[in-house]
Amino acid sequence: MAITLEGDVPTDSVASPPSSLDVAGDRTFRGMTYMFSWMTIFLVLYILYEIAGKAAPAVKEYGVGFITGTTWDANRGEFGVFPEIWGTLYSAILALMIGGFFGVSIAIFLTQDFLSPKLELVFKNIVELLAAIPSVVYGLWGIYVVIPAIRPTANWIHEHLGWIPFFETSLSGPGMLPAAMVLSIMVLPTISAVSRDAISSVPHKLKEAAFGLGATRWEAIVGVIIPTSATGIFGALVLGFGRALGETMALAMLVGNSNQVSLSLFSPANTLAALLANNFPEAGKQEEGVLMYAALILMAITLLVNLLGTAIMNRASRRLSGVAR
Amino acid sequence: MNDEIEISESFADVDFPRLERSLRHPRTLLSAFLSLMTGVVTVVACIPLFSVLFMLIYRGGKRLSLSLLTETPPSAFESGGGFGNAIVGTLTMVGIAALIAVPFGILAAVFLAEFGPKSKTASAVRFCAKLLTGFPSILAGVFAYAAVVLLTGTYSAPAGGIALSILMLPIVMLTAEESIKMVPQKMKEAAIGMGATQTQVVWRVILPTAMPGMLTGVMLAVARAAGETAPLLFTALNSNYWIVQDGSLALMEPTASLAVLIFNFSGVPFESQIELAWAAALVLVLIVLVINIVGQVLSRKRVTR
Repeated sequence: MAITLEGDVPTDSVASPPSSLDVAGDRTFRGMTYMFSWMTIFLVLYILYEIAGKAAPAVKEYGVGFITGTTWDANRGEFGVFPEIWGTLYSAILALMIGGFFGVSIAIFLTQDFLSPKLELVFKNIVELLAAIPSVVYGLWGIYVVIPAIRPTANWIHEHLGWIPFFETSLSGPGMLPAAMVLSIMVLPTISAVSRDAISSVPHKLKEAAFGLGATRWEAIVGVIIPTSATGIFGALVLGFGRALGETMALAMLVGNSNQVSLSLFSPANTLAALLANNFPEAGKQEEGVLMYAALILMAITLLVNLLGTAIMNRASRRLSGVAR
Repeated sequence: MNDEIEISESFADVDFPRLERSLRHPRTLLSAFLSLMTGVVTVVACIPLFSVLFMLIYRGGKRLSLSLLTETPPSAFESGGGFGNAIVGTLTMVGIAALIAVPFGILAAVFLAEFGPKSKTASAVRFCAKLLTGFPSILAGVFAYAAVVLLTGTYSAPAGGIALSILMLPIVMLTAEESIKMVPQKMKEAAIGMGATQTQVVWRVILPTAMPGMLTGVMLAVARAAGETAPLLFTALNSNYWIVQDGSLALMEPTASLAVLIFNFSGVPFESQIELAWAAALVLVLIVLVINIVGQVLSRKRVTR
């Protein structure tokens, strides 16, 4: 089209239609952006393919027994990841309970005009900084600060309440509780940021209506704001859970890397990610394939949880867009 | 007289709501208690950050000296030494990762925000990017091991960089998309009205205007990548040597990084290596915080619609 126009334009004019070079450049550039977009999709598929492909021989060889097996012995070629799956889920659930409580409380505290906007911003930045600290630094801090700090209390609880399964062992060093505590600090920023967004997107008039009916601040929060943003808060928890499942370094350093299934908060345990981090660098050919299988299981679990979280968040924003405005 | 008394008596029967706010009322008491509790919880949540920072300065600050930046790590019973090679290694790998992830992410973001924001491709790409945001970092390492280390037959800096780029990509892409969307519609229309092609609009108007926001995303991604350990454990491994040996760049060799050094030295029984781990942690956190702050400063210049 540009070429047919050319005849009508006076040659001394400042304005000119795009030259054929411009048009070609435009097409190329657009094509490139399109290509890179597609490459994102291919990248995800390639990651799935690569991990699944490398795991395939081990999947064939060990089958379902790998998931239910409880021993890990590279010398005898016996592999099972049930304790790791248990440890992954258990640590993530504990971290979610602690981190969820703190995260949602903070989200409420920082959105409901308890503080002046300036102070709110200060706390918001502090919580965001928690997310900026690298996980390996949290691991180091956990080893030299958290474990010594909680050990006396933990052992006192074990001595006096040892009959409760949660406290049936003593804390001798690394263990489930310090790992879960540090993990909860790491998921807290995610949970608080996402649920803060959910809570602050509740329309003001709903809250004002509650106040108009004579509700106290907390009656409005519990009766109106939390129910309205419940889907979003739930989505925040699921996303935090997904983050906790995949977190590696803090757990590899704090959980104790012991292949056992225990309810006790003080006993060492292991997680899938920590197993990969600790065994992969020194793995032989056979163990490597088996670790790929473990990676595949971890990927399946986290993908499932993240898909669920994304779906919930989408639903939350759809529902709220119905309420708002 | 009688009438008046009757009226006031009948009023006494009516249960007026008490409108004044009294702290003795159970409702307000509960409300105040819950307010106090969330306040306490918020303050408690800030303790770990200050504890971490305090320990870093207290234990890491002791060893802080210039020789840390110029020497290589000590062996078990040696004292002294440094981690200059690890700093160089971290910067190299983050650099490689940024070289891959930044152009990739921004080009895809241009498509997502400008050329086909409502297309099926765009929603599929956004979905994949969101999946990658939640992708465990250790699996990025497993992938890079399978795709690069097994292929090239050696642990190397590019393998580590590729693993890190997978973690950077979604951050760069999604923040760039957001900031491109923030560019005012009228600016684009003005450029199109002057006869610019869409590519010219992107290069001359959209990208310059959206630059501060995109840089913030890049900074966030770089800060995250610099602190990552898990993807490097079995892609770059570790090394006690400089990446530049005898004047030649040893890219296809195992490469040291601050994060892996901290991990390796955290569990050893040797005091001097533990001290070094704390000092490395301090340096790493400083690097990450500085990059984050630069990103924050840039984001203040961001255009808002």
